[in-house]
Amino acid sequence: MAGMTRRDFVKASAKGMALAAVPLIFKVDPIRAFTTPLGEHAALGDYYNHFGVDEATIRDVMAAALERGGDFCDLYFQHSIGSVIALEDNIVSRAGTTVDFGVGIRVVEGDQTGYSFTEEITPEAMKQAARTAANIAGESSNLPPDMLNFHKIPNYYPIETPWEDVKIDRKIPMLQNINDQIMSLDNRVIKAQVYFLDGSKHILIANSEGRAVCDYQPSARILARCTAEQDGRKENNGFDLAGRYGIEFFTPANIDRLAAETVRRTVVLFDAVKPESGEMEVVLAAGSSGILLHEAIGHGMEADFNRKGTSIFADKINKKVAEPFVSIVDSGTNPNVRGSINVDDECNDSQETHLVADGILTTYLHDRMSSRHYGVAPTGNGRRQSFRYPPLPRMRNTYMLPGPHTRDEIIRSVKKGVYCESFTNGQVDIGAGDFTFYVKSGNLIEDGRLTSPVKDINLIGNGPDVLTKVVMVADDFKLAEGGWTCGKGGQSVPVSLGLPTVKVSSITVGGTAS
Amino acid sequence: MNNKERMDLADWAVKEILRAGAQDASVDIANWRQIEVEFRDGSLDNLKESVQNSLDVGIYADNRYSTHSTNDLRRDSLGSFLSEAVAMTKYLGEDPDRRLPDPKCFEGREPRDLHIYDPSFVEVTSDQRVAAARRIDAAARALSEEIISCTGGYEDSVAESVKVTSNGFRGERQITSFGYGLLVTVKDESGGRPRDWNWAQTRFHKDLPGAEKMAKQAVEGALAKRGQAKMPSGTYDMVVENRSASKLLGALSGPMSGRSIQQKSSFLEGKLGQKIASDKLTVIDDPFIEYGLGSRLYDSEGMTARKRVLIDKGVLKSYYIDSYYGRKLGMEPTSGDSTNTVYELGEHSLEALVGMMKKGILVTSFIGGNSNRTTGDYSFGIVGMYVEDGKIVRPVNEMNISGNLTDLFGRLVEVGNDPYVWSSDRRPSLYFKDINFAGL
Repeated sequence: MAGMTRRDFVKASAKGMALAAVPLIFKVDPIRAFTTPLGEHAALGDYYNHFGVDEATIRDVMAAALERGGDFCDLYFQHSIGSVIALEDNIVSRAGTTVDFGVGIRVVEGDQTGYSFTEEITPEAMKQAARTAANIAGESSNLPPDMLNFHKIPNYYPIETPWEDVKIDRKIPMLQNINDQIMSLDNRVIKAQVYFLDGSKHILIANSEGRAVCDYQPSARILARCTAEQDGRKENNGFDLAGRYGIEFFTPANIDRLAAETVRRTVVLFDAVKPESGEMEVVLAAGSSGILLHEAIGHGMEADFNRKGTSIFADKINKKVAEPFVSIVDSGTNPNVRGSINVDDECNDSQETHLVADGILTTYLHDRMSSRHYGVAPTGNGRRQSFRYPPLPRMRNTYMLPGPHTRDEIIRSVKKGVYCESFTNGQVDIGAGDFTFYVKSGNLIEDGRLTSPVKDINLIGNGPDVLTKVVMVADDFKLAEGGWTCGKGGQSVPVSLGLPTVKVSSITVGGTAS
Repeated sequence: MNNKERMDLADWAVKEILRAGAQDASVDIANWRQIEVEFRDGSLDNLKESVQNSLDVGIYADNRYSTHSTNDLRRDSLGSFLSEAVAMTKYLGEDPDRRLPDPKCFEGREPRDLHIYDPSFVEVTSDQRVAAARRIDAAARALSEEIISCTGGYEDSVAESVKVTSNGFRGERQITSFGYGLLVTVKDESGGRPRDWNWAQTRFHKDLPGAEKMAKQAVEGALAKRGQAKMPSGTYDMVVENRSASKLLGALSGPMSGRSIQQKSSFLEGKLGQKIASDKLTVIDDPFIEYGLGSRLYDSEGMTARKRVLIDKGVLKSYYIDSYYGRKLGMEPTSGDSTNTVYELGEHSLEALVGMMKKGILVTSFIGGNSNRTTGDYSFGIVGMYVEDGKIVRPVNEMNISGNLTDLFGRLVEVGNDPYVWSSDRRPSLYFKDINFAGL
């Protein structure tokens, strides 16, 4: 419940680099000594072995979970191995690993959830957790399934080598290369930090409807930051690339780009000013400006808020919310993108969900509970941070489809406004509909031209209102390239976002006084 | 497992790490049990209960350093985990500054009861937890017909931990935590569904406030937001309610970290001994407050906790320096962590501060925004009340304040007498003069 005091927000680069996640260099997980290292697309039997369970045990645990009633239960097994290597002051001077292992057991009765988890994957410990979760129930009754059927899922993130098998000596030279480039590209640069983060998450989920799924979810990210100094002033900025990638993604071209962009985005800030404050026309560059959608409409469309009546979008299904050339999608099927999922964390298929089709609000983002509440098919949005949590409706990759205009005509159409290029974070109050996002860098637009760089401004608006003010949408759609993390109810999940170049006719810019 | 058994396991882990070829090691082992109950609109909504473990090690091998974390505490699997972690450490670059703290930093730790473990914890029953969540939800819904939805929650947890280092540190800790509160959403004729929340966090069960009072504050807070709208951009005085003042004060703590200073990404670099705020700002880090949410006898490195002055009448006195960045900077370590952050209080209540504004905005919460550690620039969204001649006139939202933190804290003309006790950051309400707000 402490989670309720946290607003729903999206954050970009990880400021808290205390992640204790480090690359393993060993073929077999040192903790579990599994007989079967899981390949990228292993069979269900391999996953049973990996977690030391079998179908009979799972069904026994489900019987315990449903002992007191309950319409539904599920078991979510997880084994994660994460890694961080950090370079600072020219040395790869720190590395960390995190290994996490456990099973979460959920019992559902109507709209109510009982939840417990254990790190001990023995029948006794699991049944005890199941009985704890069962305390939510007491009305109906149910039996465990007769058998579990393996539900096959597609693979939206094939990679060459699972991260547990990638040796540290392949990663260290990449960090050193990026560091050396950053330190030599501009003589104003005085400090640099570079991080390599990767993770492997193996999951096995089984539910009382008789469905079982398994998935291997890789994630990888390189993040670089630098500080530059000029005439006694200092500026700091960073750049990152993140996704469900294997090590093959970090090609020499991408390594060079990580260094060059980090420096470029930092030194441009020396010339940057703060724009005036107040309402004005705003143009959002294609790409990570999709944070606008994530905050303005994404959270407000999560079905749990609407089921509870607390979202400003609760009465807007099938209503016109934007111009007809505005279509907004939340998808889990984009290849190798950070927010993609082969299956959601409740065994439901991932999909491309059309939130807004040609300006009309068409569907919420559903988990199992809300899809039953509304009597619709689930949309594959039930996600959880880990086995320690029950799922909630969460976003995946949220973006707008290309439109009829061009970037050039959009910029030319603005007499006085701001062009927003890079962002750090955002937040929304889904009841009032207020949302904000922080622009790290961009440009003034004066008489149809990009002029002085600008930096460090927060934009604030009302979600439904701003959607109606998206007046031009270009044909140059891009997804964000960096790592975005969404927080809600005390749980974080990886996401992505995207946008074509877009013009909003009016939004409040938190600049300086005129 | 109890703390004695955890201590034995930690000693064993240290030996294993040294046996595998490291020269030094630190081991932390913790166990945490938590129960949460939520009631929504009269029905039990969520029930969560669980126990979890963690084992975190720091490995110092041949001037190289790595950290590892696992939740599997079985010795048969830990052995290979630890030896392989040591082997991996040797691939990293040499960094002679990476060492355990000097043992003299562990001295002077006096055993004292900080009252952070409530023995009555074991007497709290499931029925009591459920009743508490039910009560606060019901109390709120009884107050207004305009409520769309209300969620009341109760949670409690107990955590036990031990810490051992190869150069002589030994410590253990037990902490209880209790939480109680609600979130209320109301109807608003002008569109939108305003909400407010109230949440109390304490170390002892007896210190949780009553449901009715908490519910009243949240319901009134939500109802007061009806009709909220933005106002013209302009200059207004600003009072920030204690509950939300941490957003501004917290923007100073990142730049005060040893890492930001040493990596030259702090606007407070080189400012020790200089004025960075008005003389109304005195900030102290105090680890010894009884029942304090941040109270402790030793920090995350094992260094003995000490009370220290961070900012004295606006003058910056201390950074948060851990032992590693202390070596890199050539400075004595203070501590990389904060404990309880306390402030010299003023004389006025929040109401009195609001009464002092001729034309101002009472900020009740912030929404989004960020600050730049390296330059001190900030831009934050706000929600609050417009005040004229000391009286609240109407609710405002969708506005933004923007500027530089040094300038902002130079405009701090009053602090309240109302520390926010539900957090380890016990900030009072703050009054700032002539702040630029962006709106219409």
